[in-house]
Amino acid sequence: MATRASWKGSELTAIDTSVPVGKGATSVGRLLRLNWLGGTFAWLWLVIVMVPIYWIVITSVKTQSNYFVTNSMLPPKDPTFANYQLVVQSGIVHYFLNSVVVSVGAVVPAVAISFMAAYAIVRGAGNRWLRTMNSMFLLGLAIPLQAVIIPVYLIIIRLHLYDTLLAIILPSIAFAIPLSVLVLSNFIRDVPRELFESMRMDGATEWGTLWRLTFPLTRPALVTVTIYNALGIWNGFLLPLVLTQSPDKRTIPLALVGFQGQFNVNVPAIAAAVTLTTLPIILLYAIGRRQLLSGLTAGFSR
Amino acid sequence: MTTLAPPAVRAQEPKTAGRGRSGAVVWMALPALLMFIAFAIIPLLGVLGLSFTTWDGIGAIHFTGLTSWKAELEDPELPHSLWVTFEIMIVSWLVQTPISILIGVFLAAFKRYRGLLAVLYFVPLLLSSVAISITYKALLDPNFGLGTGLGIDLLNQDWLGSTKLALWVLVFVVSWQYVPFHSLIYQGAVRQIPTSLFEAAQIDGAGRMRQFFSITLPTIRYTIITSSTLMVVGSLTFFDLIYVLTAGGPGDSTRALALEMYRKGFMADLMGPASVIAVILVLVGLLLAQLLRRLGGRGDESQLEGV
Repeated sequence: MATRASWKGSELTAIDTSVPVGKGATSVGRLLRLNWLGGTFAWLWLVIVMVPIYWIVITSVKTQSNYFVTNSMLPPKDPTFANYQLVVQSGIVHYFLNSVVVSVGAVVPAVAISFMAAYAIVRGAGNRWLRTMNSMFLLGLAIPLQAVIIPVYLIIIRLHLYDTLLAIILPSIAFAIPLSVLVLSNFIRDVPRELFESMRMDGATEWGTLWRLTFPLTRPALVTVTIYNALGIWNGFLLPLVLTQSPDKRTIPLALVGFQGQFNVNVPAIAAAVTLTTLPIILLYAIGRRQLLSGLTAGFSR
Repeated sequence: MTTLAPPAVRAQEPKTAGRGRSGAVVWMALPALLMFIAFAIIPLLGVLGLSFTTWDGIGAIHFTGLTSWKAELEDPELPHSLWVTFEIMIVSWLVQTPISILIGVFLAAFKRYRGLLAVLYFVPLLLSSVAISITYKALLDPNFGLGTGLGIDLLNQDWLGSTKLALWVLVFVVSWQYVPFHSLIYQGAVRQIPTSLFEAAQIDGAGRMRQFFSITLPTIRYTIITSSTLMVVGSLTFFDLIYVLTAGGPGDSTRALALEMYRKGFMADLMGPASVIAVILVLVGLLLAQLLRRLGGRGDESQLEGV
């Protein structure tokens, strides 16, 4: 880890000297202080962001009858967890597992093959095939999933995968590749060539170099890419909507829409479903936040 | 691994060292390439192909030339959904950009609670559009929602039942989800501005407004382009949000392009015309991205420093 910090550091200073970057925010802060308009907006926006989140949590512990008679912005005097019970009884655990299967089943292979591709693109720089492939992936960043959903549907039908979880997984992998390759290859490019050279001198194969050198050095970027993709796939709605049909294949977002129809006017139960399904993401974010933010910075900084 | 090789090694390293071995490395890229071709490139070409066919989504696919194109281009719903899409795009850009820049500039200078704010600002990005839409749908209920709770009658509108208001609700929910993200992008960009510029301006007697318009805005213009590209191209693909929040309604007042495509293809079983809409979606997206890039007068570099 110390090594990493040192070469990272030297690279950074090398860049920094060419561009006169401000010495941190303190002096800028002095000059920009009293930006009351920005400040007002920043805090106001925080309130705007928090109100719906606050509301959904307090509503989820109200009884249905209470919901219609009490003030919607005040927490209930007698909080109840009956709504959560109802949601669990309605099969949320099953949908949750579906989402886990889809997310893990898509993210792990997607990150693995993107990592290999990124390594190849950096190490084989100069190879015409790899260059073409890289520009194809960059182009892929601009392809919206919505635009290709009809042919994807056709392919899934022809593969006899319609209404399976694998139907969601396969396109999810493909659409995770472009950004993953971009971020990972930017990160691998930062590994000093000398390290690759010394691995080669020691007689390591490309696989060995990939695993024993590149993998540990790019771990922060791998975590970032994993979280980012997992988030997108976990929250994905269009693929499950179009590619599955039976209720037992529902993932969380689709299940939420189902609950909305099923519970109808039972708003507290819907609120409980939303809260319960959001909780794992918030927890994951709390754990991986530092790496997510730092990894994004590293990947996008050039 | 613990000691760095002297820089001399880097200088004398021949460029062919990588090339000679790239053959072995190419195979590592193959799985990603195959997956991407199978589920992204082929569908992209496929959607163009399908736009020249007639298909109900289940039976056989018939090549029918320009029939689907003719049918779709003559459908008055197409210009309407294009208009709705642009309306959402422009209004949400106009709402989000100034607020994001303002908050970003503030955050860049505001060190004390920046970390905390950044953490809380990030939360909307974690939630699915479906969860957000469901929440807002209940929260905006004219009888039991936000307005009643706060005792503000102004907020007791039939938000989602009015043709005029529904679009604004969409724009608001989009802003709710994405303004924090763009604020963080701008915050990173402003922090990259050399302090000496501000100091020099101050010595020359420039006020804070002047500094903002003469230094901050011109310096972050590439970030503005990047952020705008993300907003504009992203707004073409709003689907989950509209599907759950308004379902395109009331009437067809919020039926944007992506939703219109879904309705045509998967509800009316007209895959041919739906593919035509998809092709239009791709073309509009590429055109806009290209246009914004011209505006920035620079290549394809990403400018997301310090997010």
